[in-house]
Amino acid sequence: MFDKKAKPSPRRQAVLDRYSALVDRLSPRSKMGQGLFRAFVVGGAICTLGQGFIELGLHCLDMTVAAASTFASVMIVLLTAALTGAGVFDKIGQYAGAGAFVPISGFANAMVSPAMEFTREGLVLGLGAKLFTIAGPVLVWGVSASVVYGVIYWLITILG
Amino acid sequence: MPTNRIGQSTIVLPGRPRILAGASIAGKKEGEGPLRGDFDQIIEDDLFGEESWEKAESRFQYEAATAAIAKAGLTPAQLDVALGGDLLNQIMAASMAARELHIPFLGLYGACSTMAESLCIASMLVDGGYARHALCTASSHFCTAERQYRFPLEYGCQRPPTAQWTVTGAGSIVVSGDDTRPALCRATHVTIGRIVDMAIKDANNMGAAMAPAAADTLTRHFADTGRSPADYDLILTGDLGRVGHDVLLALMQERGMPLDPTRCTDCGLEIFAPGQDTHCGGSGCGCSAVVLSGHILRRFREGDLRRVLFMATGALLSPTTSQQGESIPGIAHAIALEADA
Amino acid sequence: MNLMMNLLKAFLVGGAICAIGEFLVLKTKLTPARILVGYIVAGVFLSAVGLYGPIADFAGAGASIPLTGFGHALTTGVRRAIQEVGFIGVFTGGLTQTAAGISAAVFFGTLIALVCKPRPKA
Repeated sequence: MFDKKAKPSPRRQAVLDRYSALVDRLSPRSKMGQGLFRAFVVGGAICTLGQGFIELGLHCLDMTVAAASTFASVMIVLLTAALTGAGVFDKIGQYAGAGAFVPISGFANAMVSPAMEFTREGLVLGLGAKLFTIAGPVLVWGVSASVVYGVIYWLITILG
Repeated sequence: MPTNRIGQSTIVLPGRPRILAGASIAGKKEGEGPLRGDFDQIIEDDLFGEESWEKAESRFQYEAATAAIAKAGLTPAQLDVALGGDLLNQIMAASMAARELHIPFLGLYGACSTMAESLCIASMLVDGGYARHALCTASSHFCTAERQYRFPLEYGCQRPPTAQWTVTGAGSIVVSGDDTRPALCRATHVTIGRIVDMAIKDANNMGAAMAPAAADTLTRHFADTGRSPADYDLILTGDLGRVGHDVLLALMQERGMPLDPTRCTDCGLEIFAPGQDTHCGGSGCGCSAVVLSGHILRRFREGDLRRVLFMATGALLSPTTSQQGESIPGIAHAIALEADA
Repeated sequence: MNLMMNLLKAFLVGGAICAIGEFLVLKTKLTPARILVGYIVAGVFLSAVGLYGPIADFAGAGASIPLTGFGHALTTGVRRAIQEVGFIGVFTGGLTQTAAGISAAVFFGTLIALVCKPRPKA
């Protein structure tokens, strides 16, 4: 292990492979059909709710399309935060998997839940620092990717 | 120099240290499980009246320890050494409990194998005459373990089907060399585990990471003592859970030492009922600690068990090394317990 | 009628995007955090090459609510800012466009954390 170049001997590798196959055989599997169905229905429902907020914004609150879309995101974030605080969202997540964490509800839940969890470690290094532990990587890589795209786009605009 | 060792790696305890008493305190979910009648106390409040789960877990240890000492007819001042541990970083639950107990303290970390590790060491200390009475305690808490190893409680993610449920509870046992006191059972042999790592990296399948270590310790124990699985009324493994238990049975079958499934069980399978939605069963230091000090000692007292091999297993992973892609080192320590003839 | 159509489109497209995520969870053992990072980067990429725009126009919230929509918003924000203010838009556009969602999550998260206590699952 401490010798970086040493790989397991072929015999050892065969033992490891055989063990891995044994574990695979004896480990229960997630049910694919059920998982996909639940993610589809719950994820779809959350997006439908979002569309409902868009329609509300467009037709009742006199918003532009862009504003209505932002309004919908904020409302889903607000609802998720409330459901997380009420101890309900973890159950939705347990049931729906990606159906709950792929929509922006998952982003909100990923910020609210550690913030709640770590208030006992203080408001600065607990709540304040832990708020971004799960959701932070999304912002880091999303923003970085958009900056890379921006540089390319800017080069195209000045060269083209 | 005389030695108490037999075979390659087993220790005989000629003085047969006495297990005087055990106490177990468990949380709400454990108190709804099949072993509810065996716990000294069931605590419904996950905070146990404290401000944090870490302090709650420490209080679980303290209460279990004082209850076990009282049941043994002793006072804390009569204990020569306390051994214990838990899953928290820097085993704070054990240290904070020891702060209140004022007993000379050795903190141990063996992940879920901690109860067996502390019993092995306590039995050797007592048998060697280095302690008259020794205390062994281990605990875990669902909420402290989740936030340290996994996610915040309110984070909505799915637990994979191979996951195990960290037991909330603490168990404590008093080991004594005092011949005048009645024993529930006596410790006769200790087989200290070595790390076995079969390159399992999935922190959600700890049973698979630990089962090879359990098979290794069992094999060495049988070879050293000349015993076979049939010599034990019960082989009780730590928290292998459903997957690890099945893997252990398969591994022992391969080695020509098949275990009788009716006389080999796992603390993680005993503590919860299948309907409690724990997936593969219980885990955590507290799991084997409460099953042993509650359920198993009760069966010894009632004469239901004559000889038990208690082998708690530990998955020695940390979130840091897991993220670095390291595989999970597994360990298993075995101690043979016999009814006082 | 138009309203029902919009809701149905959001349901179908949003549900499909989530189901793909669940497929990745079950097939690849990727953690949710990795999938979310993958989703937002995929959103940036698909939007940059012009594939996500049409989906967003078609599905509304079905495309904007999933995290890929967050990536799409970053990209459109960067593009618009560059058109308006030039190079500095590379750095201002993304977060400007997504500020509402982030600020809402930060603020509501803090508020809820101050008020609510986490509970162990039953």
